[in-house]
Amino acid sequence: MWALQSKGKNSWIEERKQLGRALSHKQCHVQYNHHLEFSRGCQRLTNHRPRQLARLQRSVLPAYPSERVEYTQLVENVKLLDRYTNRRAASGTLYLTATHLIYVDASAEVRKETWILHHHIATVEKLPLTTAGCPLLIHCKNFHVAHFVIGQERDCHEVYTSLLKLSQPVKPEELYAFSYNPKMSKDNREIGWKLIDLKVDYQRMGIPNDYWEITDLNKDYEVCSTYPPEIVVPRAASKATVIGSSRFRSRGRIPVLSYLYKENNAAICRCSQPLSGFSARCLEDEQMLQAIREANPGSPFMYVVDTRPKLNAMANRAAGKGYENEDNYDNIRFKFIGIENIHVMRNSLQKLLEVCETKSPSMSDFLTGLENSGWLRHIKAVMDASVFLAKAVKDEKASVLVHCSDGWDRTAQVCSLASLLLDPFYRTFKGFMVLIEKEWIAMGHKFSHRCGHLDGDPKEVSPVFTQFIECVWQLMQQFPCTFEFNEHFLLEIHDHVYSCQFGNFLGTCHKEREDLKIFEKTHSLWPFLLQKKQELRNPLYRGFTAYKELQPNTLPFSFQFWCGMYNRFDKGMHPKQCVLDHLLSCMNQKIKLEDNASELENKLPFLDGPLPSEACYLSKVGCAASKTSMLNTPQDYQGEPPAVLSNGISVGDANVTSDVEQKNKENLANRRDLHRNDSVDVLNSEAKDGKPQHH
Amino acid sequence: MSCSRFLGSVGTIIIKCKDLRIIQLDIPGMEECLNIASSIEALSTLDSVTLMYPFFYRPMFEIVEDGWSAFLPEKEFEVLSSVTDEWRLSYINKDFSICPSYPPVVIVPRSIDDETLQKVAVYRHGGRFPVLSYYHKKNGMVMMRSSQPLTGTNGRRCKEDEKLVNATLRPGKRGYIIDTRSLNAAQQARAKGGGFEQEVYYPQWRRIHRCIERFNILQESLIKLVEACNDQSHNMDRWLSKLEASNWMTYIKEILTAACLAAQCIDREGASVLVHGTEGTDSTLQVTSLAQIILDPDCRTIQGFESLLVREWLQAGHPFQQRCAQSAYSNSKQKFEAPVFLLFLDCVWQILHQFPCSFEFNEHFLVTLFEHAYASQFGTFLGNNENERSKLKLQQKTMSLWSWVNQPEELKNFQNPLFEANSLVIWPSVAPQSLQLWEGVFLRWNRPSRFLDEAEEEMRRIIDYNRFLLDKVNSMRKQIMQTETEDGMDRMQEVQEEQEEQEVQKVQEVQEMQEVQEVQEMQEVQEMQEVQEMQKVQEVQEVQEVQEVQEVQEMQKVQEVQEVQEVQEVQEVQKVQEVQKVQEVQEVQKVQEVQKVQEVQEVQEMQEVQEMQKVQEIQEVQEMQEVQKVQEMQKVQEIQEVQEIQEVQEIQEVQKVQEMQKVQEMQKVQEIQEVQKVQEVQKVQEMQEVQEIQEVQKVQENP
Repeated sequence: MWALQSKGKNSWIEERKQLGRALSHKQCHVQYNHHLEFSRGCQRLTNHRPRQLARLQRSVLPAYPSERVEYTQLVENVKLLDRYTNRRAASGTLYLTATHLIYVDASAEVRKETWILHHHIATVEKLPLTTAGCPLLIHCKNFHVAHFVIGQERDCHEVYTSLLKLSQPVKPEELYAFSYNPKMSKDNREIGWKLIDLKVDYQRMGIPNDYWEITDLNKDYEVCSTYPPEIVVPRAASKATVIGSSRFRSRGRIPVLSYLYKENNAAICRCSQPLSGFSARCLEDEQMLQAIREANPGSPFMYVVDTRPKLNAMANRAAGKGYENEDNYDNIRFKFIGIENIHVMRNSLQKLLEVCETKSPSMSDFLTGLENSGWLRHIKAVMDASVFLAKAVKDEKASVLVHCSDGWDRTAQVCSLASLLLDPFYRTFKGFMVLIEKEWIAMGHKFSHRCGHLDGDPKEVSPVFTQFIECVWQLMQQFPCTFEFNEHFLLEIHDHVYSCQFGNFLGTCHKEREDLKIFEKTHSLWPFLLQKKQELRNPLYRGFTAYKELQPNTLPFSFQFWCGMYNRFDKGMHPKQCVLDHLLSCMNQKIKLEDNASELENKLPFLDGPLPSEACYLSKVGCAASKTSMLNTPQDYQGEPPAVLSNGISVGDANVTSDVEQKNKENLANRRDLHRNDSVDVLNSEAKDGKPQHH
Repeated sequence: MSCSRFLGSVGTIIIKCKDLRIIQLDIPGMEECLNIASSIEALSTLDSVTLMYPFFYRPMFEIVEDGWSAFLPEKEFEVLSSVTDEWRLSYINKDFSICPSYPPVVIVPRSIDDETLQKVAVYRHGGRFPVLSYYHKKNGMVMMRSSQPLTGTNGRRCKEDEKLVNATLRPGKRGYIIDTRSLNAAQQARAKGGGFEQEVYYPQWRRIHRCIERFNILQESLIKLVEACNDQSHNMDRWLSKLEASNWMTYIKEILTAACLAAQCIDREGASVLVHGTEGTDSTLQVTSLAQIILDPDCRTIQGFESLLVREWLQAGHPFQQRCAQSAYSNSKQKFEAPVFLLFLDCVWQILHQFPCSFEFNEHFLVTLFEHAYASQFGTFLGNNENERSKLKLQQKTMSLWSWVNQPEELKNFQNPLFEANSLVIWPSVAPQSLQLWEGVFLRWNRPSRFLDEAEEEMRRIIDYNRFLLDKVNSMRKQIMQTETEDGMDRMQEVQEEQEEQEVQKVQEVQEMQEVQEVQEMQEVQEMQEVQEMQKVQEVQEVQEVQEVQEVQEMQKVQEVQEVQEVQEVQEVQKVQEVQKVQEVQEVQKVQEVQKVQEVQEVQEMQEVQEMQKVQEIQEVQEMQEVQKVQEMQKVQEIQEVQEIQEVQEIQEVQKVQEMQKVQEMQKVQEIQEVQKVQEVQKVQEMQEVQEIQEVQKVQENP
């Protein structure tokens, strides 16, 4: 509906009528004018509540300059119910903009806004009419649940139908990313897209080398339409082998390299299921696997891991697909690891969310619900499979070929997690971005379908990526000092996978993104995230070299329910004091103090020895300081000059986020981008800083 | 330590410790193995307390401050008496004669004398009369604790008890009685002589029932939980269902909820609270001590927490020796064993987990306390109450845990680097999503803690380094100030320095303010939720009350009758008075002539008094009658029940007799039939024989 922008007044009114509202033509005119008025600076409203709207003007108008906001809807006297308690509901005004639903709480003393991105809306439900009004229940893909009560049934229906349309765009061009404009120069946008270069990551692994090469066999997507143009295959595999193998693999997704463990040349490779049926075989495919095995001379065998339950794999044989016959391939060890399919996962999450939404459940209800949802069982299955891969590579020095059915869901989960376990680089900001770009985006995880970006088949939607993010969080719980980033970083990425604000996750594969002209028309998420590094980092991070491979405990008690994800917007459930926030403020304070100290040191004319008081203190903290040298603080691994922090902007923004509950991060970004032309410079230096790390 | 033997070709001893650790020893030589096993068995199951380690332990450290005298009640009372004079120390129990499980000194309302206390003690289970547990300085509300009143089935009352309980209320204020048993359990307790305060006699108090489990139910829960944690199975469903089935987390939630409720009554509702269960030595103490942690910032410091343990657990008479005898691996079922204290520590950990910056101590401190409660070289947790401890002469013969803990070098290990004192009430969330399994105790031996320890270390380092920097900056500032004043520099620079300092301070202050604000905001949200939970609880209670009403109808009828009578009484008195006034006037008029007004009045007064007395007598008689009626009714009912039972029994007997008869008849019939059969068979046989004979004869006849 926001596409109305260009249509002008009459068509707007036509649309209105089509919506089935029994409005007279005149009424429509009035409304339209009213909306225009609102968009021109909220003058009418400003007269009523100047103080309250001051913020809205700031929030909305810079992002949506008046001439661009063509469709806005406003409903007053809307209540927002608290999800768990019967506390007096907030009362305020609901605004619909082109991209967001904004609720401004007028009853609170402190101004409170709730922002919901239309793309984040999973379902909108109109509940039966109550005495208080017409309830509207909105479930979001980031697990936000908003329960509005709108006084007039008519208004409610209007909002309902609008939201239905707004939250389910039909054409890709309608997605937010194509209209999102942070006023960044073209050059900077291109630099942003080049921030993550997969070739650099392959170089880091030592590829090309004697055994592996980067080939452009797929440059015209002839080998496989869902793979990127450049893929890594064994040097020993000829073109004929590759082409031949592609004919024997579902959707042409041939075995390619995912990760090479440099220490012993064992590799993780990925593909889709073979078209083996009950007895078919393919010489080229067998050669392909042989080439992969021989690329790791240290091991006489390789693993072939089918991540599906055996039953599912066997059922596929009837459809001419299936799994590798151990007799047909030399020296492979075949293994099933039963991770369930996307449909099981979707239902599991549904059950989990029902448990999370239960009003004041008993402990027993909750634990039983958690068990019945099977969610943690699935998380554990994914983790177990990844641990198996990592152990095979590191301990058994054997290469592993992984597939599921199409090799873009379970395979992506398992390969990326195994890499994360093996390589500390992937636990840095940059590395994690590379990992997602490589294993998920480039290799054709169908984000668009799995996240339901467009109005499509609901059976294609599944929380595959959510599970990956949760597995990383579970690892963070076991290894608090090994990740450069913190929980907020994961949540931020998870938000943007659904937000469609940035181009990275649009479409289903590289080819489709090229067709959509993503790289010309939209922005990349990664520079935006790097800019917020200060609030997304892990203060406990001990640096790149402190830990190498991780061996997580996978006994059931090692997996926790992630309240911060699935009950993220129910603040009352979270710890009231946050260790992470406390430590982050400590880090900021530290930089200020260090500046102060050096400044003062310069002022002091004599500073040959420590001051008497200082010496005394030094002896006190001496043990702490000497154990781990002062240089070895996490701060030093940021590779960032303190100047970035001391410009004060990030601190100011942090305050804004803290005092506005459920602040929509995208919009923060808008403002920041608008107000900071220097942001890109930071970005550039980031990109430069990042590169040496690869070597 | 509990120990079990497992013998193969090489002797193997598996030692299961009270801190949940399991150690396996492989010992070559069967005989040696057996000897070691039996020694361990014997040494770990000593009969006499005086043979235990604390009596032989000789400390290797110098005692700076004797822990035995660190938390004397008199000293604690000084703090209280500086705020209010409504309370006094009573030495009524100095020889433990009034209440064997109370300490010699208790705090009671100033207006209540020892004589009253003595009478109340008789009315309360185990002599545990209501005593002060906590005084909320913010609004002067108090928390009392006691044991159940001994109302019995007759609904016995004790006016002194009512007086004592009411003495804790401010005029016009209501109070809450938190009974840690379900209403059902409380009602059942009446049959055993116990009971609960009835609204009739405690009209200013509102009773709330929270069900907190006790004894073997808790012990079984612990055993199940530990078993689940030791399960090496990779089956997620199995783990979750075992965790659920253990009910441990359910009990955590219940206890925390009850404590929050008590705290809420005091802080939010501005009402005083009396907490008790049955004996008042278990769930009562969980609730009162947790409520104090929520309300009182002092209890969140190390010293304050120790003091809380001494007051609310040791002196209050939690029977540590009975409850903490065997821990989770006990072979034999100990009747009094229960992880009451461990549950309390777990609840504290849950609050600590939700407010990581509000406690001076860390998780390690809680784990240490858990260990020492079950097995210790210190005498602190020996004995079941102060009485037993004084008999054992623990103070003279053993060392106090606090003497060791409170040494500066030991304290360092127990300090929480994140601690920033705040004076706020901290409301924990009791949603299932907010409560977690206490890994530090239950998974401690099941997985390596290296990475978590490193995180702790890293955190400590960050914070220590910041403190070091802050000190350094401040000292350099001072230095510069000094040199500048010495050199007689321009004041301008000083002003600049001051400004800088102020800025830094401001930044710090602002940060602190923000943090406090955040906490406050969170707390407001939380408080709202709590209030709602309260409401829910109240709703539930109302429902319960309705049930109660139905169940206690008889009593209430009596009450209603009484109230009606009171009203009538008043009315009658008023009428009498009015009539009298009229009479007075009339008679005064009449007697103006006679001038004998006074005499008449005296007579009238006499009459009034007499009438009053009569009315009272009548009422008392009526009351008595009512009570008697009720009792008669009960008796009648009982008799009826008995009769019914008898009838039933009779009927059953009759039936039995009838059945017996039937059976007998059946048997007879059967016998007869059998006899008949036999006879028939015999006849047949005879016939056959006859026939055979005849045939034989025939054959013989016709050769």
